[in-house]
Amino acid sequence: MNKKFVLGIYDDEDVLLSAIENIRAAGTKIYDVFSPYPVHGIDDVLGIKRSRLPIVAFFCGLFGTSFALWMQIWMLGFDWPMIIGGKPHIALPSFIPVTFELTVLCAAFGMVITFFIVSKLKPSLRVNVFDKRSTDDKFVMAIEIKEGVTDLSALNNLLRSNGAIEVNEKEVIK
Amino acid sequence: MTEERLIISRKTNNKFFLMIAIGVVLLIAGIIFMALGGGADHGEGHGEATAAGHEAASWAKRLFVNLWLNNVYFTGIALIGTFFVAVQYVAYAGWSVLIKRIPEALSYYLPIGAVVMLVVFLFGGHDIFHWTHEYLYDVNDPRYDPIIAGKSGYLNFWFFLIRMVVFFALWILFFNWLRRTSINEDIHGGTSYYHKSIRISAIFLVIFGVSSSMSAWDWVLSIDTHWFSTMFGWYVFASWFVSGLAATTLTVIILKQNGYLKHVNSNHLHDLGKFVFAFSIFWTYIWFSQFVLIWYANIPEESIYFLERLSGSDGKYTWIFFFNLLINFAFPFLVLMTRDAKRQMIMLKIVTIAILIGHWFDFYLMMMPGTLRGDAGLGFIEIGTALVFLGVFLLTFTKGLTKASLVPVNHPFLEESVHHHV
Repeated sequence: MNKKFVLGIYDDEDVLLSAIENIRAAGTKIYDVFSPYPVHGIDDVLGIKRSRLPIVAFFCGLFGTSFALWMQIWMLGFDWPMIIGGKPHIALPSFIPVTFELTVLCAAFGMVITFFIVSKLKPSLRVNVFDKRSTDDKFVMAIEIKEGVTDLSALNNLLRSNGAIEVNEKEVIK
Repeated sequence: MTEERLIISRKTNNKFFLMIAIGVVLLIAGIIFMALGGGADHGEGHGEATAAGHEAASWAKRLFVNLWLNNVYFTGIALIGTFFVAVQYVAYAGWSVLIKRIPEALSYYLPIGAVVMLVVFLFGGHDIFHWTHEYLYDVNDPRYDPIIAGKSGYLNFWFFLIRMVVFFALWILFFNWLRRTSINEDIHGGTSYYHKSIRISAIFLVIFGVSSSMSAWDWVLSIDTHWFSTMFGWYVFASWFVSGLAATTLTVIILKQNGYLKHVNSNHLHDLGKFVFAFSIFWTYIWFSQFVLIWYANIPEESIYFLERLSGSDGKYTWIFFFNLLINFAFPFLVLMTRDAKRQMIMLKIVTIAILIGHWFDFYLMMMPGTLRGDAGLGFIEIGTALVFLGVFLLTFTKGLTKASLVPVNHPFLEESVHHHV
């Protein structure tokens, strides 16, 4: 299935931010914006919801904590009890460093792996670069054209009146 | 950017005076209770203790220890004010410019702290510090203590006094210097004041690094003269720092809720919240690092410190020992974990108040077992002294806040702070 996009090219961060606001206010849905570097505040104007990754991190951390405690209590308390330094078999203070480390490890790895899965990042991934200049010095705003729409002059005008230096069309083969 | 002046109404000031008055009344009531024998909060068992040949602590001793406890706590918060501002300067920080006048004004308590510290040490030194007794150093005395005598090169009356005076002199000097530069910047403008502030801050941080550690050994660690811990300077610093951050955050919120600090928004609160969150974890890290090594090695001369707190004095301190961890670690850790909590005033308010109370108990736990032992309590004397100190602290702090604009109008990073976004 082919998809058609109109690309608005911008060369100024502030112009881009106000253009996004105006275009969204005009009722046009923006597919995505590509930028050479993270633009401050762009998530808010694009209306992107905050990531739920921290929730994943919390539960992965919780898993790490419980796993570490269970592992140490079971190993040192039940499976193979040993007297170490005259301490009781289940000596909680000595379990804390390992528990801490495993909490951090599980939270970090869990977060990274979840991120890869959710955003479908995998070695075989092919990415369509709409305009190569978005990796250098231009900001590219992509707007998907609905099927059947042929007259793009209104969209063209909207983009240009909001400071786009160029408006292109691009067809992407999925 | 326009100036913003804080006005403390007569009514607010009267509230602070009322706080002091209630504190004094409670204090006197507590002293009378104790002087009449017993005292409400540790009445039972008192007679038996005396019968067993154990001399109960006098009301004067309890008063001096309480004065010392509160003064160390509030002096720490005051000192952290200048430390925080200095760190922001050295880090070329922009976000904190809008709130920098608040930690700056915290330090106005320092001169009072110096005077109280000096007076309490001169008059109550024997009650607080075992090592100040002359007989410990006399070989011919039966009470001669070779361990304490071995420390006399560092831990002697004059050197202790000199250190105290020098530290306070340096802190007050640098506080005034930074504050004056900042106010001159308001009046004259230009970046020269900013660059000067960075140089002053850098020197202050070096001095602070040494003096905060040494003052922790002197004022807190030397109470338990036989015991030692290389973590202790850090431990007291962590406790001071998180309390200072909590005090700053709480003040920002209260000022904001009263219509001041118009440009401060949830982004600034978020950063302050992160600071409070991070440093309550830092404190726990230091706490645990100190505890686990001593627990693991289990050397009597080291573990006595924790035994006194966990099970000593008939378990008097046991609940504070665990309460300390709960309120200073578990509570802020779980409550401030989410982003939303750090951006909401009500959450930050609850947590910062909890931390301020929690770290008062932290200092209580550091000082009481070594001084009053089984005779410590939480009665009229403790609450009264704390109220008096809080009242005096708030009076000087708010007076300091009114002395200059709440917005440092000519700070070069002011615009950056106004547009701060996280």
